[in-house]
Amino acid sequence: MKVIIVGCGRLGAHLARRLDHEGHDVTVIDRTSESFSRLGNDFQGKMVLGTGIDEDILRRAGIEGADAFIAVSNGDNTNAMAAEIAKLVFQVPRVVARLYDPVREDTYHTLGLMETVCPTIMGSNKIHDLVSGNGKAR
Amino acid sequence: MYIIIAGGGKVGYYLAKTLLHDEHEVLIIEKDKRKCDIISAELGGIVMRGDATDSIVMEEAGMSRADLAIAVTGDDEDNLMICQMAKKKFGIKRTISRINNPKNEHIFRLLGIDHTVSVTDLILAQIEREIPAHSLVHLLTLREAGVSFVEAQVPEQSPVIGKPLRALGVPGDCVIPLVIRNGKGIVPHGETVLLGGDEVVAVTTIEDESFLERLLGAK
Repeated sequence: MKVIIVGCGRLGAHLARRLDHEGHDVTVIDRTSESFSRLGNDFQGKMVLGTGIDEDILRRAGIEGADAFIAVSNGDNTNAMAAEIAKLVFQVPRVVARLYDPVREDTYHTLGLMETVCPTIMGSNKIHDLVSGNGKAR
Repeated sequence: MYIIIAGGGKVGYYLAKTLLHDEHEVLIIEKDKRKCDIISAELGGIVMRGDATDSIVMEEAGMSRADLAIAVTGDDEDNLMICQMAKKKFGIKRTISRINNPKNEHIFRLLGIDHTVSVTDLILAQIEREIPAHSLVHLLTLREAGVSFVEAQVPEQSPVIGKPLRALGVPGDCVIPLVIRNGKGIVPHGETVLLGGDEVVAVTTIEDESFLERLLGAK
C-alpha cells in the first residue's frame, strides 16, 4: 500500500515507522527537516520537505496513485485542508485526518469526505472510564 | 448587514473601517492582543480576541446571525476552515475568503467557497497590465460561466490594421464591445477599422482567448 503522511511529529513518525516496517511504501511530509530525525536511521520511506496543503508538494510526494493519506500535523486546519485536497483533487481512496477540536471533528465527520480521529474525545473517554472504575476503557 | 471579519491585520482593519463607514455592523476576530488593542483604540469596541477557527469563538461572535463572513488571515488553511465552519456549522450563505497561494483558488471552489480574493493574482494582473510582454490582459474572468473580459493592444505591425472588424473572422463566441483610441472610448461596429496602438476590449469564451491573441498579432 502506498501511504502519504503529513506531519512528522510523535504520531506521524510513529505511524510512518510502523507502516514502513510492515513493508508499505511510505512518504512523510513535514515543514521542518529536523522532524525527520524522529523516523530513525532504518526508515526506508521517502521524506519531503514542505507544507501538506500545497498541491505541488503533494505531487512531489507521489500523491497521484496513493492508496491512503494521513493528515496528522499539529494544526487542525492544515489537516482538514490537506485531507480535503487529497480527497477532492487527487481522489485518494482512504483519507484520515486528526482533529483535536471535537466540534471541528464533528463537522468534518458529518461532511463525509474523510475519516476523522479526535484524540481529545478518545483520551477523555479512556480517562473517564479508568477513573469512574467501570474498567472498560474503549 | 452584520459582517464578521476573521483576521485583524491590515486587510481586516481597513475592511472594517470602510464597512463601518457604510453603516454595517462589524465584528473583527483577532488572536493577537496588540492588534486587538490598536483596533479598539481606533475603531471602538468592534473587536473580539480569539481564534476565529475555533467554533466556540465563532458562536460567541454570533456567527449564526451574521449575513456575511470574511476570512482575511494570512493562512489559507485557516481561511478555509473559517468559511467552511461558517457555512456548514452556522448556515452562513455568503462567505468571502482571502487566498495567499493562487493555486488554492480552485481548491476553495471545489469546497464550495465561491468568493475568493487572491492578493497574489491581483498583483500578477497588475504586472500584466504594466508590462506589455503579455499582450492579452485579463480584466475579469468568470470561470463558472467560462467567459473572460480581456484587453489587448494592437501592435504596429499587426495584420488586422486597416481591415474592417467584420472581415477579421472573429469567432462567434467573441464580441468586441469597446476600442480605446488615444485615450478615448469607441463603441465599434462591423465597419470600424483598427489602428496600431488601439486598445481592444473583448468578451470571449476562455477557449477562444488564444485565437484572439493570434488574430490581433499580439504575442
